[in-house]
Amino acid sequence: MRFAGRTVGWSAGLVAVLCAVVTTSAGIGPVWIPPDVVGKVLLNAVVVPTGISISGPAIDVTTAHMFSYGVSDLQTQIVMQVRLPRILLGAVVGFSLAAAGTIMQGIFRNPMADPSIIGVSSGAAVGAVGFIVAPVVIPFGLGLRGAAFAGALVAAFGVYLIATRNGRTPVATLLLAGVAIQTFLGAVVSFLLLHSGESIRRALYWLMGHLKGASWPEVTTSVVLVAVPFVVLLAYARDLNVMLLGEEDAQSLGIEVERTKRVLLALSAVITAAGVAVAGIVGFVGLIVPHVMRLLVGPDHRILLPTAALAGASFLVATDTLARSGSAEVPVGIVTAVLGAPFFLYLLRKREVHEL
Amino acid sequence: MSGSAGPNNADPEQDRVGPMLDVSDLAVSFGEQSVVSGVDFSVDRGSLVGLVGPNGAGKTTVLRAVKGTLNPDNGTVCVDGEPISDRSAKAVSRLVASTPQGTALSFDFSVRQTVEMGRTPHLGRFDRMDEADRRAVERAMERASVTQFADRPFTLLSGGERQRVLLARALAQETPVLLLDEPTANLDINHAVRTLELVRTLVEDGKTAVAAIHDLNLAARYCDELVLLAGGGIRAAGRPADVLTSDTLRDAFDAETLVTTQPGTDAPLVTPLAEQESVARRVHVVGTGKPAASAVSALVGAGCRVSVGVVPAGDIAAERARDLGCEAVTIPAFAGIDDAARERAVELARAADAVVIAGETGEGNSAVIEAGDTFLAVETDESTHASTAHDTVPLAALPAAVRSLPPAPEHDATPPLNQSTTD
Repeated sequence: MRFAGRTVGWSAGLVAVLCAVVTTSAGIGPVWIPPDVVGKVLLNAVVVPTGISISGPAIDVTTAHMFSYGVSDLQTQIVMQVRLPRILLGAVVGFSLAAAGTIMQGIFRNPMADPSIIGVSSGAAVGAVGFIVAPVVIPFGLGLRGAAFAGALVAAFGVYLIATRNGRTPVATLLLAGVAIQTFLGAVVSFLLLHSGESIRRALYWLMGHLKGASWPEVTTSVVLVAVPFVVLLAYARDLNVMLLGEEDAQSLGIEVERTKRVLLALSAVITAAGVAVAGIVGFVGLIVPHVMRLLVGPDHRILLPTAALAGASFLVATDTLARSGSAEVPVGIVTAVLGAPFFLYLLRKREVHEL
Repeated sequence: MSGSAGPNNADPEQDRVGPMLDVSDLAVSFGEQSVVSGVDFSVDRGSLVGLVGPNGAGKTTVLRAVKGTLNPDNGTVCVDGEPISDRSAKAVSRLVASTPQGTALSFDFSVRQTVEMGRTPHLGRFDRMDEADRRAVERAMERASVTQFADRPFTLLSGGERQRVLLARALAQETPVLLLDEPTANLDINHAVRTLELVRTLVEDGKTAVAAIHDLNLAARYCDELVLLAGGGIRAAGRPADVLTSDTLRDAFDAETLVTTQPGTDAPLVTPLAEQESVARRVHVVGTGKPAASAVSALVGAGCRVSVGVVPAGDIAAERARDLGCEAVTIPAFAGIDDAARERAVELARAADAVVIAGETGEGNSAVIEAGDTFLAVETDESTHASTAHDTVPLAALPAAVRSLPPAPEHDATPPLNQSTTD
């Protein structure tokens, strides 16, 4: 089928781009590793995953030929333990933000919506900054990531409850409730920062969005948290297309509008929360990437959702590479905003926005 | 309600008993504001019912309740014998398709993609469109004549083109019931007629349709029955000729109208009249041919009560008077004016505020002209009455001239005007 072929073609192309970006990125850093070497390291890891056993800090160059490709242990360690977790985490976060942004723009029928529109990011910020500033008040022994994740979901659910009346959740109410809650939570974060004392630097660093210090367990957890909801979202792609006609039309075309909206909101909140919890607040990925991909592949979510997610992954890996390769590392949130905002303004000037 | 369309026994839907659509005691309010209440009507299989009424009468609201996107405060809507509230959105969408007045679509879907969304009711979550779906989409686009811009973005279409695309989307749903909300509002006269002819064809093929139409004449021409909504309820329902009368229209629209018959059909023709003055002028027109006919039209259009005569039967002025519901005193062509005719005409002229002379008056009408208190003559190329005895005005100025006349003195025995006498 022509349409299915187009989706597969675009997705395969973007997967290839992502592989290229990941490979290049894994070579970039204080120690330059050529892409072919990175490729070999990655292939070694893929082909014999159980064979990798790096024994602590001991680095012996003479044992370099223990894998099918000849690469040094040092290079392997740099790629596998230092760079790859961060790169893959970046890919997952970019993937999740772009996917959630696509869904939100669809639900709100507005190309200016972004994943944090229902208060997810603000909730995560309160959770994270609360943990950094006053860890004692965070219940259930949640870590920083856990606190951010929980905060994000609580905020999103709160916004949803406030906007829901008699089983109906009008998107306009949802939008305004989201704005109000974001403002309120912003005030809470400001208050916490005022009383953060020594930890203000860490809190601010989190708020700016960064991928520093990523570890393999974080990668695994966020992959699971993002992948499962994403598959369900793909199954709802056509419903989301019909929702773009307006809720009334969607219902007369057989979509259970309120239920669909609930499912979409809940899943995209989980996806966003998973991304924000590990990376902090990274702006513009969820806004720009779906926007650009819509220009390239059209508004049909069956092709837009997977391609935007994959493009988001590549985009965040690339920008994070920029963020960490300068003389002093900057939070990736600054890089995405610096690159994203002018590009967005360019789009705004170039393309007439039909309706808001 | 039964339509003029004959029953189509080939369609199994036709064999079911009872109306396709049954609305009983429907009441809807938005917050404190009651929109409609006590709405009762039913629509037979294979008929087209028009919802007419003034702006804000609740036509769209009733349609929304019928398609189940609005929960009524009271009453039930049954489609094919089962309440719509008992069915899932998907089940309803396989029975009832609707074209909204507009759509919120603001992303660049192509026309074809938009029409394809009409197949949603027939597709499971993991289904893809098959050949049958594709054929339904092509056929719907053809019928709504949007195939020529199938690949253009919906957002770049004009209002009328969008409306046709929305119709195509509803047709792609392939439902037995079709609800149309102002299907012709943005359409030019060609596409308006083509759209309604298409709906008519679909209805003859066995579909059941309800259309909110604000154009009373189109509604009268194409609908089997009309439901007139006004003031929060149904004012009248039934055949167009029974619903569209001057009295019900005055009630519903607070407007003076003239109801005649559409040429070539027996459907009523509604002509709105200018805002009435407190006292409607009564004018008697003497004359024949096109000048007299034009004078009659102009005066009726200005809200005057007009009578004509004596005039030969079959004269255009007599025909016009009859079409507009005015009394015309006629005599057989080429016959002299008889006493009865002259007497009636004199009576009318005497009762009128003014006697207007337009075109050839013919032999024997001088008594009629002299019976009036005030004369006006309409300028014509071959004016024969351009004497100084009365003012001569151009046709365009006639209504104003009549209005500026002093009211006629009250006559003791003002004869009532008959509605369109026929000899």
